[in-house]
Amino acid sequence: MTATTAPRGWSYSLGKISTGGWFLIGIGIPLGGYLVYELFDDPVLFFQTTMKSFGLGSVYAIVALGFVLIFKATQTVNFAQGALAASGALFVSYAVFDGHIPFTTLRNPLIEIEPEWLGWSLSVVMALAFSAMLGLLIERLAIRPMVGQPLFSVAVITLGLEIVLRVFNNDAVEVDFRSLEIPYGTGGFTVGDAIVNWSYIAAMITATVAFVAVYIFYRTRTGIAMRAVAFDQEAAMAQGINVGKVFAIAWAAGAVLAAIGGIFATQPPVKQTGAVEPETANIAFRALPAVILGGLDSATGALVGGLIVGFAEIFAGQYLAGQTDLLGPGYTLIVPYVVMIVALLVRPYGLFGTPEIRRV
Amino acid sequence: MLEVANLEVVYNEVILVLRGLSIEVPDGNIVALLGANGAGKTTTVRSVCGLLDVHEGHVTKGSVNWRGTDIAHHSPAKIVESGITQVMEGRRVFAELTVDENLTTGGYTVKDKAKNQAAYDRVMELFPRLADRRTSTAGYLSGGEQQMLAIGRAMMAEPELLVLDEPSLGLAPKLIEQIRDIIVEINQQGTSVLLIEQNAMMALSIADYGYIMETGKVVMDGDPKKLLADDDVQEFYLGLHAEGAKKSFRDVKHYKRRKRWLS
Repeated sequence: MTATTAPRGWSYSLGKISTGGWFLIGIGIPLGGYLVYELFDDPVLFFQTTMKSFGLGSVYAIVALGFVLIFKATQTVNFAQGALAASGALFVSYAVFDGHIPFTTLRNPLIEIEPEWLGWSLSVVMALAFSAMLGLLIERLAIRPMVGQPLFSVAVITLGLEIVLRVFNNDAVEVDFRSLEIPYGTGGFTVGDAIVNWSYIAAMITATVAFVAVYIFYRTRTGIAMRAVAFDQEAAMAQGINVGKVFAIAWAAGAVLAAIGGIFATQPPVKQTGAVEPETANIAFRALPAVILGGLDSATGALVGGLIVGFAEIFAGQYLAGQTDLLGPGYTLIVPYVVMIVALLVRPYGLFGTPEIRRV
Repeated sequence: MLEVANLEVVYNEVILVLRGLSIEVPDGNIVALLGANGAGKTTTVRSVCGLLDVHEGHVTKGSVNWRGTDIAHHSPAKIVESGITQVMEGRRVFAELTVDENLTTGGYTVKDKAKNQAAYDRVMELFPRLADRRTSTAGYLSGGEQQMLAIGRAMMAEPELLVLDEPSLGLAPKLIEQIRDIIVEINQQGTSVLLIEQNAMMALSIADYGYIMETGKVVMDGDPKKLLADDDVQEFYLGLHAEGAKKSFRDVKHYKRRKRWLS
């Protein structure tokens, strides 16, 4: 006998709201209620936590934008983003802490410039230029020869690059305290009774600028060409678009965004020290849930995903601290992944991603 | 003038697809290149446009001469800049981009803004349908509109030679007529056309010269009227019988009859 209808059995949907939707409602209402309670219980702490979340979310958004830029041109998740972030921070520390031009023993002339913050900023720009060059170098040596090859192989290559770069970086860092000499330091200012770190504000401004820049870039000729290359490489080549050049631009820009993320990864709320350390490279993997959550190919997704994950992590760290015995000491680190998994259950391609099955 | 001479193309170092193909596209003409599946039509397009590398193909013999220079080993970007663009088989529009953005990619090699605008205006004049849908996502256009977009995109580069790879593929007869008229109009505005087709009737009706290729080489060429009148073309490309309506069992078993051009 042939089955002509699908087996009836049990259904996942209840009315028009999916299981995932019910799940979100079930969690969201008690969670929201609890947050409102906390808001009235201690508004100062709530405000402080909110600012901290914006700070962390912005750092994630910056790193996520780097992922998106490279993915949108090459269709590859760049697993080397973390090592690029650490390398960028290292370049900065070479330029401003040692006062050298990276890779050389030449004195960095920019650091002498008065006032101090201007010299520092110019040195950072120089360090970012080095990051861009590192991105270009990686693209030319490891990625360009793989054009037209399976995307999975390219992703694995980036994973290998991550490990290689990390080893280099760790040797360079060793156990030194490599400060970034950030002018505003790791301190903050007070609003009423609440303390807000300068780095939160800096991260927010940088993330906004980076997002606007990327958003505008995708509407320029080169940006459109980049999206075209991502969609159909051969058809893009037939239009006379130089795919290699597009890849190079994407990698350079991605490396710069990673480096900026790396600089912020040394400051609160990520770390309190203001110095590069081997752990700096982990920022990319901490931001990965934000990227996946927002959708790998969407700049808006990177921003929103970054903020959602940042808020979830900081709020969980603040308001669930009483339950540490129950949740385990490291629970804040898994919060981003929990948020990501829940969101992917509802929207498998991310909140703002293009609805199409993507291979990683 | 495009001159393909004795071109031999090998895929993956072993598969010989073109075996000494020679065609010519004089300036201002429409030249039709006909052939069945697997004859090597698309490979010809790829070698003219420099896209063989992507498919692991190589030119092993012969040359592709465009205005006196051999472009067989040039990069696709350089070839587009030198005045040859193609409309790819199966349209290949960037479905996630809007119509306007698709056209922008087509004009990527034209750096001059005023020229770009002129080309854009010309495309909008050629395809009023696209003007109505400028901001819609290309993936949501109908098949005919997508083909118009693909042709418009190629025209954005202001080509001197437009290579069309099966523009009639998957379109309704009425749309095919429309596309045919557009090709004629583009040609009248001064662009040479190399038209690759399976639809022999459509291609030969507008062409100045026709080539028929089979298994990688030209087996017959000449005036389109002469080609249309040829018994073999009528039987194998147009599906007509020499005698017309009368059908016998012997005619149905047409594999019995050999094409005269095959040795």
